[in-house]
Amino acid sequence: MELTFYVTGAVAIVSTILMLTRLNLVHALLYLIVTMLALAVEFLVLGAPFAAALEAIVYAGAIMVLFLFVVMMLNIGRHAADSERRWLTRGIWIGPVILAGILVIEVAYAAGVASPGLGTAATGPKEVGIALFGPYAIGVALASMLLMAGLVGAYHLGLRKSELPEKRHDTVADEGRVGPGGSLVLAGTDRSPRTT
Amino acid sequence: MVLAGVLFSLGLIGLLVRRNLIFVLMSLEVLLNSAGLAFVVAGSRWHQADGQIMFLFILAMAAAEVAVGLALVLRIYHRFTSLDVDAISEMRG
Repeated sequence: MELTFYVTGAVAIVSTILMLTRLNLVHALLYLIVTMLALAVEFLVLGAPFAAALEAIVYAGAIMVLFLFVVMMLNIGRHAADSERRWLTRGIWIGPVILAGILVIEVAYAAGVASPGLGTAATGPKEVGIALFGPYAIGVALASMLLMAGLVGAYHLGLRKSELPEKRHDTVADEGRVGPGGSLVLAGTDRSPRTT
Repeated sequence: MVLAGVLFSLGLIGLLVRRNLIFVLMSLEVLLNSAGLAFVVAGSRWHQADGQIMFLFILAMAAAEVAVGLALVLRIYHRFTSLDVDAISEMRG
């Protein structure tokens, strides 16, 4: 299990370095997904399966889909089809596929070994849930307020002056959990014609 | 913990070096992930569930931050047609 921990850490660091040195956004996103998956395996090895599942679902799933949406929306006008043809050459996939393959082998190996966790007992979802809704209930309420404010803020920012609000509807509704009220600075700056 | 430190420093370097707004957001993701990793490591060291709970809060905060950040990126791109952070440093204070 020690070996699994170190190999996963090496994969995370290598993919982060590769992410930072890419020039293309989509390539960097691929490496970022590999980093998130490596961290999920790391949590699994450390005996935190609930955190591992959330990392894989929320980060590698939802947040990366959000990034991908934005990258796609930004590339609409500039160079649509030919650039995609240039991106999707064969060699791009090799790096992330190798790193993700290492992770898959590690997970298979860890599933074969009887005891999960780094020599310790795993802290399962049950303990986490009991503690979360016991002494940390005020934190849950605060987090929900933050997410609600973020939802409203992202909706407000995405809706303004763009005549196609349905795309932002999709991304925001897919997330369901969105960001802080950074839009308070801009709140109401576009509503002035209606009030006068 | 060393891994968390290395990831944190990598994210910080990325935050400072790259001049693309989306790369800045991705580096922020790496920073938050390293902080969450430190929490989970500490929680598993002392067999407590508190580390994972703090990781959950970090996760919620990161999701919130990314959503609003990407909405802001879209607005900035529509306004300046560029994602260079040097190009949009026209706020004078």
